[in-house]
Amino acid sequence: MTAAPEHTPTMVRRSVSELIVPFTPFCLVIFLICAGYLAIGIPSSWMTLTLSGLAMGMMYFIMSTGLTLVFGLMDVINFGHGAFVSLGAFVGVTVLLQLGAFSESPVLWQNIAAVLLSICAAMAVCAAVGWGFERLIVRPVYGSHLNQILVTMGGLIVAEQLIIVFWGPEEIYFSRPEMLKGSTEILGATVEKFRVLVVSLGLAIFAIMRWVLRRTKIGLIVRAGVEDREMVMALGYRLRLVFVAVFIAGSALAGFGGAVWGMYQEVITAHMGNQALILIFIVVIIGGLGSVEGCFIGALMVGLMQNYVAFLAPKFALLSNIGLMVAILMWRPMGMIPVVKAK
Amino acid sequence: MQSEPILELDGVYTDIGQYHILRGVDLHVPRSTVTMLLGRNGVGKTTTLRSIIGHWRARQGFIRYDGMDITKMPTAEIARAGIGYVPEQMGVFADLTVEENMRLAAVSGPINSARLDWIFSVFPALKTFWFAPAGNLSGGQKQMLSIARAMIEERKLYLIDEPTKGLAPAIVSTMARALADLKRQGAAILLVEQNFAVAKALGDFADVMDDGHVIWSGAMSRLSESDELQQKLMGLSLAGN
Amino acid sequence: MIRTLLSDDLPRSRALTFLLIAIVLCLALAPFLFPGVRTVDTAARICIFVVLVASYDLLIGYTGIVSFAHTMFFGLGAYGLAFGLIHIDRSYLAMGLGTLAGGLSAAVLALLVGLFSLRVRAIFFAMITLAVASAVAVLFSQLSSITGGEDGLTFKLPRSLGPAFKFGTETLDGRLFGVKLNGKLLAYYLIFFCSAFLFLGLLRVVNSPFGRVLNAIRENEFRAEAIGFPVIYYRVAASCISAIAAAGAGALYAVWLRYVGPDTTLSMEIMLNVLLMVVIGGMGTLYGAIIGAAVFVLAQNYLQTFMESAASLVDGIPILPNFLTADRWLLWLGLLFVLSVYFFPKGVVGRLRRGKTVPH
Repeated sequence: MTAAPEHTPTMVRRSVSELIVPFTPFCLVIFLICAGYLAIGIPSSWMTLTLSGLAMGMMYFIMSTGLTLVFGLMDVINFGHGAFVSLGAFVGVTVLLQLGAFSESPVLWQNIAAVLLSICAAMAVCAAVGWGFERLIVRPVYGSHLNQILVTMGGLIVAEQLIIVFWGPEEIYFSRPEMLKGSTEILGATVEKFRVLVVSLGLAIFAIMRWVLRRTKIGLIVRAGVEDREMVMALGYRLRLVFVAVFIAGSALAGFGGAVWGMYQEVITAHMGNQALILIFIVVIIGGLGSVEGCFIGALMVGLMQNYVAFLAPKFALLSNIGLMVAILMWRPMGMIPVVKAK
Repeated sequence: MQSEPILELDGVYTDIGQYHILRGVDLHVPRSTVTMLLGRNGVGKTTTLRSIIGHWRARQGFIRYDGMDITKMPTAEIARAGIGYVPEQMGVFADLTVEENMRLAAVSGPINSARLDWIFSVFPALKTFWFAPAGNLSGGQKQMLSIARAMIEERKLYLIDEPTKGLAPAIVSTMARALADLKRQGAAILLVEQNFAVAKALGDFADVMDDGHVIWSGAMSRLSESDELQQKLMGLSLAGN
Repeated sequence: MIRTLLSDDLPRSRALTFLLIAIVLCLALAPFLFPGVRTVDTAARICIFVVLVASYDLLIGYTGIVSFAHTMFFGLGAYGLAFGLIHIDRSYLAMGLGTLAGGLSAAVLALLVGLFSLRVRAIFFAMITLAVASAVAVLFSQLSSITGGEDGLTFKLPRSLGPAFKFGTETLDGRLFGVKLNGKLLAYYLIFFCSAFLFLGLLRVVNSPFGRVLNAIRENEFRAEAIGFPVIYYRVAASCISAIAAAGAGALYAVWLRYVGPDTTLSMEIMLNVLLMVVIGGMGTLYGAIIGAAVFVLAQNYLQTFMESAASLVDGIPILPNFLTADRWLLWLGLLFVLSVYFFPKGVVGRLRRGKTVPH
């Protein structure tokens, strides 16, 4: 046997193009915004559409992260995720209506407090229901995608019907808190005030998620678990508990997104989760199952696309997002930021 | 040497799907020794290690570690009881940096700096690439990281699966020195190894497997001295060595 | 002769055989055994859903992939027939051409979706088909100038399939065993025989060498690939065949209803019904489709009546009646669905065949 070489090994310096590649997904968002400008041509409408697209994207992001992580960690595909969006919306709006005094007062902080309180309530209820959903619906079907799809789909239907049982089959119309109604001017474009709040909430969630995933031990476990769950267990972590925690957190976030989305539209129906689920799927597929960053970028792109196309050719909004998904998958078959190895 | 072995497998049967891979494995790993698990490809060496750590479950038989029955224990608890596992595919988290890989491996708290210094002295390359994503490391460096992760906490037993596979000779010798170092610290090692030179240099005991059984068990020196025995137990694959 | 018709795939259980013979006889003689608008309507629905469920089982049971776009293909067949009858004329030729066009577009769409999503990862297929199906459903309800939007399209069948058409008036006095011989009867038998034809065709497919490869892929994808079967192409081909059969069922449904609309052909609810029928009957066996469809369509007709009466029993108690109104039957269906996947994964056929070894 020969002795080890004396010099320290070094890595090959990476070329500029290799350094750029990881950032192409971010560039795509910028590209989409520019393309939107060219297609629309009216700066003020473009500005309005872009901002509402970003707001919508943030909501999709909040709703999708749980799904993508749950898949990444345990290879579980949860079609019931949409139920938490509906549930969050109903709980959030119910609480908001209870907080009438706060939401009708003309004081901004009270309004925002009412919104945040109802979001918290939505998250709490969704977390609790998510825990039950994981135990009753998801746990018995680990390892079998076919059964997971069937059972969670059944769970979605049951949950949707239960919402109707408790809240009635009609759509619920309501109005947002006083100071969050109407719009304001930013750089010459009219922007609904609530959208500004949504964008800031979305950015805050993204920042918190990034911090948790990058800086905390549990974040490390989640990221490592997405890559290789056996090894994480072999290091001594009970991944099941982490998975349940992630499932609960994901359900709570879906509830968060649902509550915000409900307030955004000022009308809620039991089927809204079902509709959201389709876009959530497109978002996680575009982003790459298991990747939070990919999910964020995917959500922004879907939100922007949705708004631009809804303005240009309203009937093709959903179709355009499917087109977007097709294009992305042609380019990167595993999504923009693939982290889960093909199974 | 203490009388009670650190690890004891008693008639372990493990199936993977419809295939019966292990068919009654009996194995003893004495404390503070290196036990080599040898045999041709596909005889069940990796499956034995995976059954010990709990990735596959034994259908029948017992696995005892340090006086505990770990046959049905969750993998995480087996690991926390003091077993370090280095899988054949190394199990390095490519998306995490070297530092994050190590921080994750330190299950019970922050990284112990004395142990880290020791690891850096054995594997200097890890210090160089401390903040680099583990996915950018070379194969040898990944193997070092994988072993280093097992070393970062105090272990009584290491399960190491082919640490020298596909590595350049220079790195093989680094590995061998690292393993010798581990042994000096008093840990027991159960090592799957195809490189007979490494096996000869490190091993105290050897267990040879064939077709899901342990077919020979004894001192490594006996095996390495007898060409005839090697020939008989492992066929032609090691004739060159 | 029967063996050949059934492609050598016999029910392999005495109870199952009796059950199947009973169902098929009832369907074949339905207009004579149960003369009545509602019962004949039920029988026709069973025939159509047997084909739809069987074609879905080719995917989920034999190939092991879940699609949520099956009603989309069903709808394409139905709309194809409607377009043919509306835009060409009230003839059998137009019916045939319309169905053909619907079937072709279903096949092309299935090919595109399949090639696209199965190439990437089988699990994407479920998600992508869900997205595509809802996009198409939205599109069909919005392009109202072409598809009639939410209201759908009504159309006229060839005269000889309408209730006004009478035959055998001279020889049999217009009646056979007391049943009026009219176009509606002809329409029923058109549906019955077309369904039988499609079902036997599917049976032939799953028992062909092609079907056996599909089974091998479901059991172990990697091994099938390793032996040298291009898994993707087999799966895509299966999804195309299943789409064509579904389109055929859709066309038959349109013939029976003389109407197409998004709710009756494209909705998620029908997709769920199909899933439930597959699970009840038993996945991976086409006979399950016959049993699943029969049990489900009968239950669907009577469950709602039952629930209504149950709801009136608990009237006055808060919330409880909400659980039991006929509008909430999807709730119970969903529960039933989840429970059957857990406790009844092989369905009725699996139960009846239990204890018998299934030859591989």
